[in-house]
Amino acid sequence: MHDMSAHAVQHGAPTSFIRKHVFSTDHKVIGKQYYALALAAALVGMVLSWIMRIHLGWGSFAIPGLHLLSSTGAPGNVLTPEYYLQLMTMHGTIMVFFVLTTAPFAAFGNFFLPIQTGAEDMPFPHFNMMSFWVTFAGFLVLVASFFVGDGPTLGGWTQYAPLSAIGSVGGPGEGMGVVFWASSIALFCIGQLLGSLNFITTTLDMRCKGMSLMRLPLSAWAWFITSVMGLTAFAVLMPACILLILDHVAGTSFFVPSNLVINDQVLPHSGGSTLLWQHLFWFFGHPEVYIAIVPGLGIVSHVLITNMRRPMLSHRVLIYSMAALAALSYMVYGHHMFVSGMNPVSALAFSFPTLVITIPSTIVVLIWLGSLYGSKLRINSASLFALGFISMFISGGVSGFFLAQPSIDIMLHATYFVVGHFHLVMGVAAMFGIFAGTYFWFPKMTGRMMNETLGKVHFIMSFIGAYCIFMPFHYLGIAGNVRRYQAFTDDYLIPLIPVHKFITIAALFTGLAQLIFVYNLIYSRLKGAPATDNPWQGTSLEWSTATPPPHNNFGDTMPVVYHDPYQYSVEGASSDFIMQTSPEKVINPKEEK
Amino acid sequence: MAKIFAVIIILIAIASAVPIVMHMWPLPQDISTHGQLIDEQYADTMLEAGISFLASQFLLAFFIWRFSVPKPGEKIKSFPGGAAGLVAAAFLLVGTEVLALGVFGSKAWASVYLTPPAANAMPVQIQAGQFAFYFRYPGPDGTFGPIHPEQISEANANFFGLDTTHDQDSKDDIVTAELAIPVNKEIHLLMHSKDVSHSFFVPELRIHQDFVPGLDLSVHFTATKIGRYEIVCTQLCGLGHYNMKAYLNVKSQEDYDTWIKQQAALQ
Repeated sequence: MHDMSAHAVQHGAPTSFIRKHVFSTDHKVIGKQYYALALAAALVGMVLSWIMRIHLGWGSFAIPGLHLLSSTGAPGNVLTPEYYLQLMTMHGTIMVFFVLTTAPFAAFGNFFLPIQTGAEDMPFPHFNMMSFWVTFAGFLVLVASFFVGDGPTLGGWTQYAPLSAIGSVGGPGEGMGVVFWASSIALFCIGQLLGSLNFITTTLDMRCKGMSLMRLPLSAWAWFITSVMGLTAFAVLMPACILLILDHVAGTSFFVPSNLVINDQVLPHSGGSTLLWQHLFWFFGHPEVYIAIVPGLGIVSHVLITNMRRPMLSHRVLIYSMAALAALSYMVYGHHMFVSGMNPVSALAFSFPTLVITIPSTIVVLIWLGSLYGSKLRINSASLFALGFISMFISGGVSGFFLAQPSIDIMLHATYFVVGHFHLVMGVAAMFGIFAGTYFWFPKMTGRMMNETLGKVHFIMSFIGAYCIFMPFHYLGIAGNVRRYQAFTDDYLIPLIPVHKFITIAALFTGLAQLIFVYNLIYSRLKGAPATDNPWQGTSLEWSTATPPPHNNFGDTMPVVYHDPYQYSVEGASSDFIMQTSPEKVINPKEEK
Repeated sequence: MAKIFAVIIILIAIASAVPIVMHMWPLPQDISTHGQLIDEQYADTMLEAGISFLASQFLLAFFIWRFSVPKPGEKIKSFPGGAAGLVAAAFLLVGTEVLALGVFGSKAWASVYLTPPAANAMPVQIQAGQFAFYFRYPGPDGTFGPIHPEQISEANANFFGLDTTHDQDSKDDIVTAELAIPVNKEIHLLMHSKDVSHSFFVPELRIHQDFVPGLDLSVHFTATKIGRYEIVCTQLCGLGHYNMKAYLNVKSQEDYDTWIKQQAALQ
């Protein structure tokens, strides 16, 4: 443990509007900027999903105003087959990168990691500012692709080569659209690399006096573990994107083999490998699943502990389990490629670690359930979303049993079963983690409470709606419904169309609930009840400072930590919680592990 | 609120299981010799995943119901056995479960991908391109002529780029738009993509394999039921991806013999 916080970061509070709210080096402002970016991106991604779902349920339905987005992609306000794929690609890319990575990791992590470690700021504040603005530029580049050439790429968020690398002969958006996509993701990677660097150094070097690693809250541990994953995963995706751009603009053939024929013309490429892209992409892609979900594990644990009024059964076991998930995530990426054409023996090599990853996942769930037992559970919007997260994590997790096995993957690969699986486990569960964090930390971030009634309505509608959308996806997949189809013309798919209609209605219903959330967010920001410094009677450092925290987080006196992070319901204590900064003596043989 | 939520969890868990138990949307019928192992593996996994799913959701709901309103004066209690017991349970139960699934699943996988085709398996070549499949039979000489990419021409219906003027082996090759095969005869399907990645998926056949441009792969299978089944592309290949399909036509040996003669006459 080091005590660098008093001297490592020394920057006074800015006074100009630009330095305070736009190009700010304050981690809290950057955290809010990331949150705002994620919120905007989520709204765009959600509207895209509505358009897609309406099209899948009622293919000829004219969506008013859609032609304004693209007159060629939606003539008469009805999607063309290619524009469906283009919107689908943008939905996936926006959601995975700019929402599921940005909100739980970059937004909450930026705001709360330095506070929870007892630091004034991150060690490289300018890198931190750059991290956000580069990410923001990445988002602008991605959105700009709607308005260039023949629109955004249609190759899906996975951008499999050689379709993504051969240029506009591959189809609409496969020229400039792909260049914009790859540039956007490369920028995003740079942003996250800078962010990860800051997160790691903050955790290791910036902890305040008394804050040993094991005294860090579970949310801080989750962000730390995620940042280690981010540093290694994005470092692979970024060069892959650069190689992809070079295939477009420099005449290289990294991902395009010889003798490909399109429109009766042999393409002028030779010597590349299509599987190389898949290996590079999924080496990033599978850890990315955990980059999206591990912060959720930490946030949900943190929120639940406060609302259960007890620590988890084991702090260490949860930390080790999250670390095991992170480590294993690099050994399993080949399960995305069972039928890709790689050596079938390697399918078995990737299958076993994938099955093994269920062990730390199960341990996390069992620790949560075991900790709920005998607790004094408070029900509020934050705890409801945290509990909903557990339900979704279980549901999305058990379908992983199927996809971990290459023999079953023969039937389920590239079907809606996969779509249902990853939407539940890294989409909805991660979103529930974001919502739990929002309802829990909003008072600290803004100084105002969110409306609880609206929060509970938001939760119930989202919980029921999400299951109505994504559980039927599994049934469709079992019946062989292929994903990434804009219409279902095959004989065996036609009987499944009513299921798609049901899902569309559920998606619109669930979307409505998200509008309630946005309203609650804006209303509470402006007119919510004033928040006290510690509205949930929490113990970690964010609750021991002012609401909202001052520029240097803790005012004139840096905190000193005396306890493990979750001292709730300690026998003989003066109240049912003891803050980490409280010098109150605790007779607790389990402390100071 | 907590009790309403607990009831909702229970209802959703039961409602999720009903379509599976009632076989409302089952796996498509199996028409292959190797599919039984896959289906058994699927059924075993469904049983284990289903039990895990229901037990966990019920437990979650029960704990929310029971502990959200503590009885007056009730103190925090620890789960019997504590974390160590739960970790041990996870390793023992889930560890055993995944080990069993992994071992038996490997057998099913090996039956498809790690066994060579029989020496007398019937070779058929399939070529995928935006957005159609074409099939080639080697003809009486049993040999495929070489593909000349520069001669591939949709306009001239030379889908495989065959040079029947100079290549002796190509002269009797038979190119078709559907995959007709004799029932109970092993097929060795040679896969070639002319442009981007595609996939060959016939759910009833329990075969799924991507086409990799620049890398010719093969699969082998035996169909056991006469009928017409759809071949679909599952690898996003461009704007017409959703419409890229062909038919697998499993015929009796006599019908197949008649069909292949008719196709030869049409070349």
